[in-house]
Order: sequence, then structure tokens, then C-alpha cells
Amino acid sequence: MRVLLAAIALVVAAPVFADSLMPAAPYANRQLPDPRQEAQAKALMETIRCLVCQGQAISDSDAEMAGDMRSLIRTRVQAGESPEQIRDWLVSRYGNWVTYNPPLGWDTFLLYAAPFLFILFGLFLARGRFKRRKA
Amino acid sequence: MKRGLIIWVPLAVFVVFLGFVAWGLYAPADRNIQSALIGQNVPEFALQPSLPGQPGLSSASLRRGQPRVVNIFASWCIPCRAEAAQLEELARRGVPIDGVAVRDRPEDLQAFLATYGNPFQSIGADTDRRVQLALGSAGVPETFVIDGNGVIRHQHIGAIMPQDVPAIVTAWEAAR
Repeated sequence: MRVLLAAIALVVAAPVFADSLMPAAPYANRQLPDPRQEAQAKALMETIRCLVCQGQAISDSDAEMAGDMRSLIRTRVQAGESPEQIRDWLVSRYGNWVTYNPPLGWDTFLLYAAPFLFILFGLFLARGRFKRRKA
Repeated sequence: MKRGLIIWVPLAVFVVFLGFVAWGLYAPADRNIQSALIGQNVPEFALQPSLPGQPGLSSASLRRGQPRVVNIFASWCIPCRAEAAQLEELARRGVPIDGVAVRDRPEDLQAFLATYGNPFQSIGADTDRRVQLALGSAGVPETFVIDGNGVIRHQHIGAIMPQDVPAIVTAWEAAR
């Protein structure tokens, strides 16, 4: 009986969304008519982080705010702005946090240099092996 | 002897690595995203009034020499109900508060203000969330303190709880 009640409660329960009652933004889920612009906007959206469901790109997120950001990006691409201009605009608001493709700077230097540093370290380790074999 | 110590180095490195992982896993994560615009001018915007009889909000009206508090809220936002009493308290202490109503329908906003009070001197309708994004705000509610020249001085993320009121009053007084 208790299990049945719990099951009924689960079926009846509706999730509460932290979303408004207004319809989604015009370009949240609609593509731009120009396929080239849509491709540009899509590529940018895949590298912009959702502010609500952090860890997802806005292209993958169902959050209302992500929809608003998609609409903002598509509208701006349509108006002729370059994806990098739009990314800079967002970074100037939310910091590098908002982009999955952060610019190279002093704070991100290690991020970009790490693979090369690891290769150098590996070569350094391997160097000893090669020497011994020759001898 | 030297060799004997060296074989422990990889283990030591691994333990240090584990320490970082454990720290990353158990340290309470800060999910707040601070606006990068603090210390900078309010971006240009002009919002239509949300309600008849109450003015809308524009960046020009935030540059008239008096520091103001801009509260980003919405009737559909549950924590905004919790901070309503604290906004009333700020208004009672003489802090001028302007509202940015995010994605709100006038009828919902009217009902919200009738229930939870209306401490706002003006309310702008941010229907497409453009101003919220332009301000670098990542959610509702958020509160900005803006000085008389239109420079953003302080940001409070989340609902203003009773213990947060003094900090906001201090930031507002410091912006004078």
C-alpha cells in the first residue's frame, strides 16, 4: 500500500521549474534562415558555457537563460557581428569562465603549455633509455 | 641510499595528486558567477516601464549624481519573495531601489507586488533578458549598487537576507 502511494505520488508530482511564464526567446530554438550564419552561431554556442546548468554548453542546455543566450547570439550573428566579437562581449561580462575556449593569457598559459611541457618531460625521461641501449 | 629514497618519489607525487583531488572534491564549490563589470560603467540600456504609472529604467537615470540600488528580480522567482522584506527595509533606510523585472508579464508582476510590496522607484521590463545579460548577471535575484556617475560598485548574488542588509547599506553609502 505504501509503495503504491509512493508510486502514485511520483506519477502525480510535477517538477517546479525556475523559469518564467513567457514563451521562449524568438531564436532560442529556431535556426537562422541563412545556413552559413547558423553554422557560425552554432559553433559559437557550443563553446559558451551555460550560466545556470554550469558545465553544459548553451547549445545543449534546456535552461531558459541558455535559450535567451542562444537567441542573443543568433540575433547578433544575423546583424553581422563576428562570433569572436560576441564572445568578447560575453567574456567582458562574465569573465573567461563563460567560454570553453579561453584566450591565451598569463592566467591560462599553463593550460595551453601543459601538453608541450609533458612531452618535454617525457623526452627527458626517455633520453636515459636511449643512451643506455647505445652503450 | 640515494636510490632508496628516489623510488619513493613517484608515490609521493601520487599522494600529493590525491590530496589535490580530495580537496577539489570536498571543498564547498562556489557556483556564483561574479559580474566582470564591477568598477565599470553601466552598459547603455533603456527599458520600457513594466507597469503603467511607474517609470521604466534606463542607464541614463542611473547617472544623475545619486547612488542607487538596482534589483534584478521576477515574479516567477521564488527567492525574490524571500528578499522582499529586506528590500522594504532598504527603502525604509532611504536607499533608492530600481527594479529590472526579468521576463515578466504585467499581470504576474502586479500580483507579485500586491502580495510582497513595491519598494521600487522604477521598474524596467527586461522581456528578452538583454539587460540582465548586459550587466553580467547570472540569475535572479541579484542586486547591484551603482554610484552617481553610473559606475557599478557592488554586486550581491542571490536573495538579500536580513544579515546582508548592512553590507548593502554600507556599499550604497560608500558609493556617495
